[in-house]
Amino acid sequence: MACFLVPATEAVVATVVTKSMELKDGSAPASASSHEAAVSEKLPFTRKLKWLTNLLWGGSALLAFEHVWHGEVVPWFPFLTAASDPADTAEMLHEMSTVGVSMAVLVTAIWAVMLGVAHVIENRPASNGLEAQ
Amino acid sequence: MTLLVTVFAAVVSTVIWYQSTAAREMKVGVLCWLFWGASAMWLVDAIFEYAELQAEYFTPAAADLLNDLFLGLSVIALALIIWLVYVLFKDPKGVIKAALMRKRA
Repeated sequence: MACFLVPATEAVVATVVTKSMELKDGSAPASASSHEAAVSEKLPFTRKLKWLTNLLWGGSALLAFEHVWHGEVVPWFPFLTAASDPADTAEMLHEMSTVGVSMAVLVTAIWAVMLGVAHVIENRPASNGLEAQ
Repeated sequence: MTLLVTVFAAVVSTVIWYQSTAAREMKVGVLCWLFWGASAMWLVDAIFEYAELQAEYFTPAAADLLNDLFLGLSVIALALIIWLVYVLFKDPKGVIKAALMRKRA
């Protein structure tokens, strides 16, 4: 019904946090910091945070389209068809608190796994595998 | 079906991104984020639907299957359009900038 709003909200929060961290660090935007990352060999945390925002925005955008497809999101007020009826609104809120929250949790968990994998790769010796062949 | 179509799109775009320097330059990574993000979210949707329908979840009506396939393909089209707009805006190869300069000259 409107489950995508939960990860979309998390995306907004994560984007604000990323931007404020970039401002605080006085660093270049995360997307443009590949040179910096190459020099230090370890990615800055703002760039890793960008992975989370990318996943959340990407998923939310395509899910929003699905909701438009199913007629659950409309281009006129109140934009959510379920919001015009109290019973449907209660069902929508229930879905957001179960499915929506689970979506946000799963995407965040995937990001956490990505952080772990990135940490392992960053700490891997530079000459790996090829010399053994 | 939509989940399946999106997962295939995510895997294909990731393999292309990993294999080709030209693809990375062409910002194929944007497609990976879009498809993987949506796949994760639709997986949750599928799990909740499975919990509700049980085995019936795997035997959808033909009309529902077709509609979901149509939706999946439309989602891919939308993602490709988002990617194309992003690539044209970022202009990684400077093609648009060069074309604009040529017109001005």
